[in-house]
Amino acid sequence: MKKNIRIIPRLDIKGPNLVKGIHLEGLRVMGKPEEFAKFYYEQGADELIFQDVVASLYERNSLHDIITKTAKQIYIPITVGGGLRTIEDVKSVLRAGADKVCLNTAAIRNPSVIRDAVLRFGSSTVVVAIEAIKQSDGKYLAYTDNGREHTGMEVIKWAQQIDEMGAGEIVITSVDKEGTGEGFDIELVRQVAQSVSVPVIAHGGAGKKEDVAEVISKGFADAVSIASILHYDYIKNNQSNSASDTEGNVEFLKAKRSFHKFETTTLPELKKYLCEQEISCRII
Amino acid sequence: MSGKKVLILDYHLGNLFSVKQACDHVGINAEITSDKNLIEKADAFILPGVGAFIEAMTNLENLDLIIPLKDAVDAGKPLFGVCLGQQLLFTESEEFGAGKGLDFISGSIKKFPKENKEGAKMKVPQIGWNKIYKAENGWKDTPLQDINEDDYMYFVHSYYVKSDNKENILSLTDYEGVEYCSGVIKNKNIVATQFHPEKSGAKGLSIYKNWAIQHNLI
Repeated sequence: MKKNIRIIPRLDIKGPNLVKGIHLEGLRVMGKPEEFAKFYYEQGADELIFQDVVASLYERNSLHDIITKTAKQIYIPITVGGGLRTIEDVKSVLRAGADKVCLNTAAIRNPSVIRDAVLRFGSSTVVVAIEAIKQSDGKYLAYTDNGREHTGMEVIKWAQQIDEMGAGEIVITSVDKEGTGEGFDIELVRQVAQSVSVPVIAHGGAGKKEDVAEVISKGFADAVSIASILHYDYIKNNQSNSASDTEGNVEFLKAKRSFHKFETTTLPELKKYLCEQEISCRII
Repeated sequence: MSGKKVLILDYHLGNLFSVKQACDHVGINAEITSDKNLIEKADAFILPGVGAFIEAMTNLENLDLIIPLKDAVDAGKPLFGVCLGQQLLFTESEEFGAGKGLDFISGSIKKFPKENKEGAKMKVPQIGWNKIYKAENGWKDTPLQDINEDDYMYFVHSYYVKSDNKENILSLTDYEGVEYCSGVIKNKNIVATQFHPEKSGAKGLSIYKNWAIQHNLI
């Protein structure tokens, strides 16, 4: 029997707003994260990932309220990342309603935090994110802080180390592709998926349904995390969506700019398409 | 809401918050507690859990929860186990060396193999949505009564349950060719699932609701 592939909408959060950037930068406000989360739940999302995209930078984590509100309305797994540095930080987002945590910056600075979190909360609660940037020699190196900080770590070695330390899943982000709609970095995802024993979530680059199918069939992703193609579709079809004006660039939203690089879609459309490509996924 | 009280047993492992949310949603009057003294007066119990078997048993023992819980369940009070909470109901586990469980149901806990039958690498833990199938007894008058065989449930686990007795098997699931017991039932008052009903959308919530209705908890 074929394994089910999970489709996981990713919600990047800055302050009170859902945002979307390009290469994890240049954040534009999309709207209220709670509205998007509920909509995706009702549309058959398999999980949700919330990422506080400025948390590491400002050493803060403001997601708690959003998580608590969301967890009361939706009954699928929620992963929360961004700015989690200590076991206490992990504990507090789990208490707020997250089911899993996603570590990156702290894990690279101090890998023992992975093992500590695994021992304390179990493998399945600990997801580690890798932000990869392709080098001119073709190697992939891991970065932190949304692709800003260089670590010198080679992605494949780091992924294997994460696996050995007992993390339950790995999110692999191609910073080069993220937000561009140019498609996933298939080679990156394939290399990571084939070198670890835990499930791998591909992230960064989906511009159309075909890209999602390709990263599953050729990149061997166990799950796919997507943002732009779903968010832009939601915005197109939901005029009433109101963002908080107090933080961030809302001009993009007000101007209703075109999303020409993206063939937007909904979760039911995407899953129907994947099933037609003989990729097994959950249809509700 | 009825006056019936359900305890969500907190032994310091796993996400109690999501179980409580699900209980609130379907109208179960649930309280998260580690207090052994509340067990005798409670009407039913949920044993959640994510994490390691041995640590879970050690914590339950250190909190003195095992004997009061066994007494209550042996007296017929309903118990619902979720995920690790299902595994704990069995005799023993092979996780990190043998460990004794609560022994409500005869059987043991096995780890998923590293390779499937075709020799391909298996991704462990299983994380994701999978189907559940009926065993010999069907789901009528059980908490799964509103589930269809095509419905998906959310699983996260590296170990699975092997029940010694067929009559205790409530549902079966196939992960990469390994067919295992994903739900158990015993004496009507003990039921447990390897999957997380509280994370399995509306269908999952129906399991809590039907459990509560069948035991007059709401």
